[in-house]
Amino acid sequence: MMEFLRMGGEAAYVWSAYGITLAVVLFNVWWARWTHHQALERARASSSQSRAPRKPTVRHVE
Amino acid sequence: MRLPRWFHLLGSPPFVYGLAGRLVPWLGTIAIVLLLVGAYWGLAVAPPDRVQGEVYRIIFLHPQVAYISMMAYVVMAVSAGIGFIWRIKLAHAVAVTAAPIGTTFTVCALATGAIWGRPTWGTFWQWTDPRIMSETLLLFLFLSYLALRAAFEDRDKADRVSAILAVVGVVNVPIIHYSVIWWNSLHQGPSFMKLDKPSIAPEMLPPFLIMIAAFTVCFYWLLLNGLRGQIVERERDTRWVRQLVEGREA
Amino acid sequence: MSAYAAIVRRDARVAMRRLGEAANPLLFFLIVTTLFPLALSPSADELREVGVGVLWVSTLLSSLLALEGLFRSDADDGSLEQLLLSPVPITVTVLAKITAHWLITILPLIALVPVLALSYSMPLSALPIMLAALVLATPTLSVLIAIGAALTVSLRRGGTIVGLLVLPLTAPLLIFGTRATDFGLHDEPVAGPLYLLAAFAAFALALGPLAIGAALRVGVE
Repeated sequence: MMEFLRMGGEAAYVWSAYGITLAVVLFNVWWARWTHHQALERARASSSQSRAPRKPTVRHVE
Repeated sequence: MRLPRWFHLLGSPPFVYGLAGRLVPWLGTIAIVLLLVGAYWGLAVAPPDRVQGEVYRIIFLHPQVAYISMMAYVVMAVSAGIGFIWRIKLAHAVAVTAAPIGTTFTVCALATGAIWGRPTWGTFWQWTDPRIMSETLLLFLFLSYLALRAAFEDRDKADRVSAILAVVGVVNVPIIHYSVIWWNSLHQGPSFMKLDKPSIAPEMLPPFLIMIAAFTVCFYWLLLNGLRGQIVERERDTRWVRQLVEGREA
Repeated sequence: MSAYAAIVRRDARVAMRRLGEAANPLLFFLIVTTLFPLALSPSADELREVGVGVLWVSTLLSSLLALEGLFRSDADDGSLEQLLLSPVPITVTVLAKITAHWLITILPLIALVPVLALSYSMPLSALPIMLAALVLATPTLSVLIAIGAALTVSLRRGGTIVGLLVLPLTAPLLIFGTRATDFGLHDEPVAGPLYLLAAFAAFALALGPLAIGAALRVGVE
């Protein structure tokens, strides 16, 4: 196991490469979820905005 | 000529949203399984290389990620072109989704390439290596696409202008690629500059191929995943999105 | 007179009236090629080797400066819409504008290169090849920069982004142009790169205006 982690002394190279790749994939997963969530939030906000009762735009003229 | 029904359905945002939603879990599972199997095989099962020792194991990441980054640009350019010519909004949505995925994969390719270069070539960066130059220029092409999009407030204009840029870019990609290879062929100087990746021994081939499949599925998984967010964003004020959002609240 | 010639003459005349503006890229070229030896402190031999690359990159950047605003004045005063509506195909108009600007701003630049090349200790024998390569490469360069200019025509600060859009695409031009010049410098066969530059030019001049026209249409609406 230790031998596996050491990667013949070149652990830094192998693991950083695999680590960066993993990070990139995870970032993209997060980004997709995040933008989806943001879009749904904005849709929710604009939907409730149109449903909320609005004040009448006509004012009494004295 | 009557087009099949599915052809028209593919232009319908709610349909694609639902379809993508159903496909995403499957693609995700397949991608993760393939990635884990490929990584395990490449790291633990495949024997060390005669010349490069353990460091060669980056061969199960770097070429695949680089290949996907180029594929991402093509996907982006083709869908942007389709969106421009036939005015299909969903096609533009695909292009926009592909761009950040392609950009991050390009960065990953350059990073893993540099990490691999240090122990094998002796240096992190070799300007005269054609693949580094090609990939770096590809990064600039992605960044310029993103920058151009960001400069426009009107989404429709941004879509169409960046589509032109993407198509011009994709035509250039093979030209750039072969120019750089020719340019490098002039520099066959000291042998330490050679981009000798180890020739694939039979024990190393399966994980290499598995990782190609893994990253390809992963790309499409990420693409469909991101596409859903794009669709909701673009269709924010439509009835089907309102129903979707209210349905979720219920 | 054909529409093409008419537009070339008109644009050239307009540019001549603002000769100061047309001279800016030229001055930029001179300054940049002066800064490099200052920064590098090279020996005469190093200068010769670096000179090829420096002069080409400077040409690239100066051309960018010259052409990134190609459509801006027309967009500002509304004549761009008129050009798009006119019976003259926009591709012809675009080619005419590029020709005019190439004649007024790029050709003088190319004419200056021999002087600067000599200042970079390059032998006289290398000059014809270098000039040939520049004459073949700059039309493509102009088309590429015009694409960037067209894509950004409706943006307020479009000029800053044109470089980012266009310069990566100019890599092949740079590669073949510098290598041709280098081969000329070392008495190696130059036909290959020069033919390729000519092919790029033909390709760019044929297809580029289509992209430029499309971009202008989007920009104007």
